[in-house]
Amino acid sequence: MFELGPIFRALLRQKVGAVLIALQIALTLSIMVNAIFMMQNRSTLMARPSGLDEANLFYLSNTVFAQNYPHQAALEDDLRLIRSIPGVVDATQINAIPLSGGGWSMSLQKKAGEGEDGTGVAVYMVDEHGINTLGVELIQGENFQNTDIRWRAASAVDWPERTIISQAMAEALFPGNWQSALGQTVYINNNEPMQITGIIKTLQAPWNGWDGVERSMLVPYQLEGRNNRYMIRTEPGRRDELMPIVEKALAESDKNRIIRGVTSLEETRADSYRSHNALNRILLLVIVVLTLITAFGIVGLAMFSINRRKRQIGTRRALGATQLQVMRYFMLENLLITSLGVLIGVAAAIGLNIWLVSQFELKPLEPMLLLTGVVVLYLVGQLAVLYPARKAAAIAPATATRSV
Amino acid sequence: MLAYYLRLALISIRQSPGLSLLMVLAIGLGIGAAMTTVTVNYLMSANPIPHKSEQLFYVQLDSWDPHQAANENGDPPDQLTYRDATALLAAKKAYRQVIQAQIGTVVEPEGKDSLPFQVSGRANSADFFAIFDVPFLYGGAWSETADSEQQHVVVLSQSLNERLFGGKDSVGQKVKMAGDYYQVVGVMANWQPRPRFYDVTTGAFNEVEELFVPFSLLAEPKLSRNGNTNCWKPSGEGYPAFLNSECVWTQMWVELRNDSEKQQYLDFLNAYVEEQKKLGRFARPLNNRLSDVMQWMENQQVVAEDASLMMVMSLMFLLVCLLNTIGLLLAKFLSKAPQIGLRQALGASRQHLFAQYLTEAGCIGLAGGLLGLLLAWLGLQGVTLLYGDSMKGLAELDWVMVLLAMGLALLSSLLAGLYPTWRACTVQPSQQLKSQ
Repeated sequence: MFELGPIFRALLRQKVGAVLIALQIALTLSIMVNAIFMMQNRSTLMARPSGLDEANLFYLSNTVFAQNYPHQAALEDDLRLIRSIPGVVDATQINAIPLSGGGWSMSLQKKAGEGEDGTGVAVYMVDEHGINTLGVELIQGENFQNTDIRWRAASAVDWPERTIISQAMAEALFPGNWQSALGQTVYINNNEPMQITGIIKTLQAPWNGWDGVERSMLVPYQLEGRNNRYMIRTEPGRRDELMPIVEKALAESDKNRIIRGVTSLEETRADSYRSHNALNRILLLVIVVLTLITAFGIVGLAMFSINRRKRQIGTRRALGATQLQVMRYFMLENLLITSLGVLIGVAAAIGLNIWLVSQFELKPLEPMLLLTGVVVLYLVGQLAVLYPARKAAAIAPATATRSV
Repeated sequence: MLAYYLRLALISIRQSPGLSLLMVLAIGLGIGAAMTTVTVNYLMSANPIPHKSEQLFYVQLDSWDPHQAANENGDPPDQLTYRDATALLAAKKAYRQVIQAQIGTVVEPEGKDSLPFQVSGRANSADFFAIFDVPFLYGGAWSETADSEQQHVVVLSQSLNERLFGGKDSVGQKVKMAGDYYQVVGVMANWQPRPRFYDVTTGAFNEVEELFVPFSLLAEPKLSRNGNTNCWKPSGEGYPAFLNSECVWTQMWVELRNDSEKQQYLDFLNAYVEEQKKLGRFARPLNNRLSDVMQWMENQQVVAEDASLMMVMSLMFLLVCLLNTIGLLLAKFLSKAPQIGLRQALGASRQHLFAQYLTEAGCIGLAGGLLGLLLAWLGLQGVTLLYGDSMKGLAELDWVMVLLAMGLALLSSLLAGLYPTWRACTVQPSQQLKSQ
């Protein structure tokens, strides 16, 4: 059927060329599948929502260098000034920026006392404008009141009585029943009680590589120190226009400090995932170039084998083989070689994956992906051999009669 | 003879330009990809202070929570508490010792028009400059007295000196920071160890700080620290309580000239911890560490995982390119069988044929190597573009890498040429000379 027998016997006569192509296909498959898998993992990480209204948020830092500075009054003036600028939706002071990589973490425990189990959580210190500024969704309980907000001196160690936590944090504290977290008392610093008065849907921690990245808490604290950060939310589409305006207004209102680092949250996200993005692009390039190289290798070898077999092809044509049959011969030959390559490749891909998992922080491969890779390589092989096969089909029957 | 082989190789390459180009391209791409990633790895894992990396030791004490280790693998915390660091410094049991922390501060230049600006800084004890062989342009390090008396002295980086004093010798001048005047005692010459090994906790490839002040000044809360602070226990109200707390934020390096000094120092650390245990601290089992520079770089995983992952991928990529080249060379040489048969019949020995075809493979390899260098250079530009500042200084080709690239290209093309050449040389002349 389909001359499989003759094709196979002809292949055996030039084993090395076929084996080389098969090996190349095998390696290509194993690299490709593992690379795509890594890309998928990273894309999933990058697609996680931060919970914020990212498109309309920016922040800046305020560094006070003057001595004897009225921190509290100045902070209130600043926030009043920012909120009064047309186009600004809301603003809050905040101690850390989600996704930025720098922040503050604490541990909450259900029972008071040293040595009790705690759950790590990212701390965001905000005022009653925090929820509206960040654009996070309050799904249970209530926001902080103005009267809840306390001043936190630079070296203070105590905590306010209330906190709003993310749903993921509630779930971590009360597995299977996150709703029950509302109204509960938890302990911070081993012994200090805090009551959960609200639950927000999503708010990511500043560290995108942390396994508890979804666990966060809002604390009604205003920081009193030399380094502050203001988070500002604008009306949709007006962020870029307002960034310099807010910076200028603040800088001119008070010369005893430096306003710097005006950054949009979108830039922070790009920075935060820069290495993920970069690696994904490099891997994509590797896959594309690798596939091209393999395809060109197939073309090159097929061309040579056809050149060597010109007379033989001519003879077949003279004996009545149609152009289509000649093409089919080379396409089938490639199919056989690819099958051998794919067979080795699947094993190699799994082996490589096992090794990668043992060396790097990676997860095991999904079978679906492997199957897709196999299909893609069959397609690449057939496409690559198409041009040489057509060349072969175009060989005139008369070639057989001419001496070389 | 080599000239003759080269001429033959050139003719042969010209006879099949498409195929030759394909081989050069394959080797070039493989070498380009491999060199890009090897360079990044090579620069990341470089020894920043080769002449004394085995005499500098990073100090770790396990002062952490009795109920939980500081790190999942059981390693002690990667920094020291202020009280332990200052106590170890005061004990002076090592040949040299330095304690340090990163700070950030605002410099207020003189003159009405100049605006205050933020600078990165480091608070460290006097030995810092001697231990890490910091080069000086003007002046030098401050004395130990400056440390103990909390003198307001400062060492500037070359770039900050440029900015503040136009690059002139500024020793003796004053710089205003956080409301106080600091006297310049030294200006560093350009110094940028990569990795910035003396403090990898705030980024192993960050720039060296712009100014350096005595560590003892941190006893007052005037200068703000901006490195990492980790606490397992609440610190208590107020700055003195914070200094006295179990929070770790100080780093310590010691210089120990030989194994016996190292052993003595480790014994001293253990004795210190035993002493502290009597005061109710250090409830964890004894777990003190002295890691030399390269051990510490490895412990802190300075070579990014992504970089080694990419290197593995690119070496496999090179392997595919080589398989490709073997296949193409084989096809090419075998198509020359009639010619080979003829030459053998005319008296060419196998050795000659072998040398000739290997020369051809080598020529293709060298051309591929050159292309690979170009591609590696482009690749490194691309890496810098994609990764931004974090790759600054880590994506530059140096002579070692250029030689390595050419060597790798030549070696791999010769290896790839071996089998096809051998096959070509085993051609039976009698068979080829018969009419086809």
